[in-house]
Amino acid sequence: MYRYDDFDRQLVHERTEQFREQVKRRLAGDITEEQFRPLRLMNGVYLQLHAYMLRVAVPYGTLRADQLRQLGMIARVYDKGYGHFTTRQNIQYNWPKLDEIPDALLDLAKVEMHAIQTSGNCIRNTTTDQYAGAAADEIEDPRPYCELIRQWSTFHPEFTYLPRKFKIAVTGSPNDRAAVKVHDIGLRMHQNDAGETGFEVIVGGGLGRTPFVGKTIRDFIGKNDLFSYLEAILRVYNRFGRRDNKYKARIKILVHEEGIDKIRELVEEEWSQIKDGSLRVDDAEIAHYIEQFAPPAFETLADDDADFERHKSENRRFANWVRSNVIEHKQPGYAIANVSLKPIGGIPGDATDTQMELVADLSEKYSFGDVRVTHEQNLVLPHVKKADLFALWTALDADNLGTANLGYVTDIISCPGLDYCALATARSIPLSQRISERFSDLDRQHDIGELKIKISGCINACGHHHVGHIGILGLDKRGKEFYQITLGGDASQDASIGKIAGAGFSEAEVVDAIESLVTKYIDIRDGGERFIDTYRRVGMDPFKEVLYGDR
Amino acid sequence: MSLQVVTANRLDDGLVVFLTSDGSWSENINDARTAEGKEAADALLAEASAPELDIVIVGPYLIDVEQQGSDLMPTKYREVLRTKGPSVREDLGYQAV
Repeated sequence: MYRYDDFDRQLVHERTEQFREQVKRRLAGDITEEQFRPLRLMNGVYLQLHAYMLRVAVPYGTLRADQLRQLGMIARVYDKGYGHFTTRQNIQYNWPKLDEIPDALLDLAKVEMHAIQTSGNCIRNTTTDQYAGAAADEIEDPRPYCELIRQWSTFHPEFTYLPRKFKIAVTGSPNDRAAVKVHDIGLRMHQNDAGETGFEVIVGGGLGRTPFVGKTIRDFIGKNDLFSYLEAILRVYNRFGRRDNKYKARIKILVHEEGIDKIRELVEEEWSQIKDGSLRVDDAEIAHYIEQFAPPAFETLADDDADFERHKSENRRFANWVRSNVIEHKQPGYAIANVSLKPIGGIPGDATDTQMELVADLSEKYSFGDVRVTHEQNLVLPHVKKADLFALWTALDADNLGTANLGYVTDIISCPGLDYCALATARSIPLSQRISERFSDLDRQHDIGELKIKISGCINACGHHHVGHIGILGLDKRGKEFYQITLGGDASQDASIGKIAGAGFSEAEVVDAIESLVTKYIDIRDGGERFIDTYRRVGMDPFKEVLYGDR
Repeated sequence: MSLQVVTANRLDDGLVVFLTSDGSWSENINDARTAEGKEAADALLAEASAPELDIVIVGPYLIDVEQQGSDLMPTKYREVLRTKGPSVREDLGYQAV
């Protein structure tokens, strides 16, 4: 995995010390809140409903064991014993004290982590496939390119005050697990006719109050040219993106208002000026970064393991976990193990200090010390021997981390909502808990199959509700929480934005409404259809009818 | 006319506080000084917004409250959550004390 060089290390330490001074000056009254606010935001410090919140970057969702262990320690020492993994593959702490945050940042820096660019109108943490470097279906590990993007975008002097925040996602697999089509820039790795590997560049996707599926600005850009091309897009956005209205400032609005053809023209023109400059990355440099993400020392194994098969046949709960949470690995004899942070009735994405430490320990024992955070708020041990899966699951299960529900109706994305967030208009977490409890029966979850429910507590859509097969948006109606349901959203390679089903539901009604949708789907599905497939075949009307009848 | 109090977050630890009768800040909404009517509310907010308080609290604002027996209860659920803590973690926040 990528290790900081001296430059990275110096950068982070200097920033940590700068922030310590800024906090000191703020507490002494030498700078006002108005002056301090942008400084704290640049260091990932928000002020939320109950307290400050610290958002820590997990670059492209990859963690080493020592880093995850340190995140657990920080949860215990500086917070209230837990953290919340987010849809940007980051982690948030909900209760840090301002005067202690500089120490927390120093402890993060000790394991090469920080909170830089986790807020503000800059290029945020680049996200990618949580199975990078392990997935059987991937063309190439996308993380070397993510790391290059991280280095290019960190403290980029031109892009520190963009019109609005900017999010990039990369997939190295045709099966998109990184939601690249709903990002400001999405990069989809593929090969051109000449057999070269490069990227389709998708621009102007996004969620929030104005959701769009991104549009292809260029079907293929070679690896060497990727960074100058990204720079050209950012320059066009920085120059032409709207600064008059915060709600129209994302690149998706620029693409929507000007049209993708016009934006392409501007980007190509800009790119022609810079493409042979210093941002052209040669093969040797790319090879250096690929080397940083070289596969671990896999053993040569048979793909089958007799003990693994025996455990599956003897232990139904283990077999169920394998069925949903274990994914095929590119290396024979190995598997990808998903650690669900969605226990039935639990808080999606929350992990305690000791759970983080346990997963860190288990990753060292079973997965080369490699852990991933998913944008669906789970963790992954990417390289586990099939022969070790039973021991791994047994240890996870003992600490409530062995839930077998990946991709099922109880594997819900939920933003923190009004329980924590200053922007929220309704709670999200309690709703996810009620839905999880309602569908807790595992046989029923198996019967329903893949169903992605995503819940946001306001129109900013941090819970990705627009791309939920069933999306739920929490709003405030005359002081009461109510929930709007959208259907047909999809974050995958077949991305689509969900459509609003109709009038909203009260908190008391909404779980029944979800259940009636699921019942209808079971009723009318054709063999092998997922909820989203049935919806696409029959459209909104049959579902609308069960929700509203004659209303 | 509605009853209002001023709330904010404390600068050093970020916790929710309310402006009291003696001009200090309390974690308990029942210690808050109430204002009835626009004029009184404006005066209360003006006091809370004094520049010298910038090193004590962040972002003071008025909230509507109701007197319920001996307790003050915010009328908006958002503010109820701020007086208690997350509804999904009753072991945390002021509700846990």
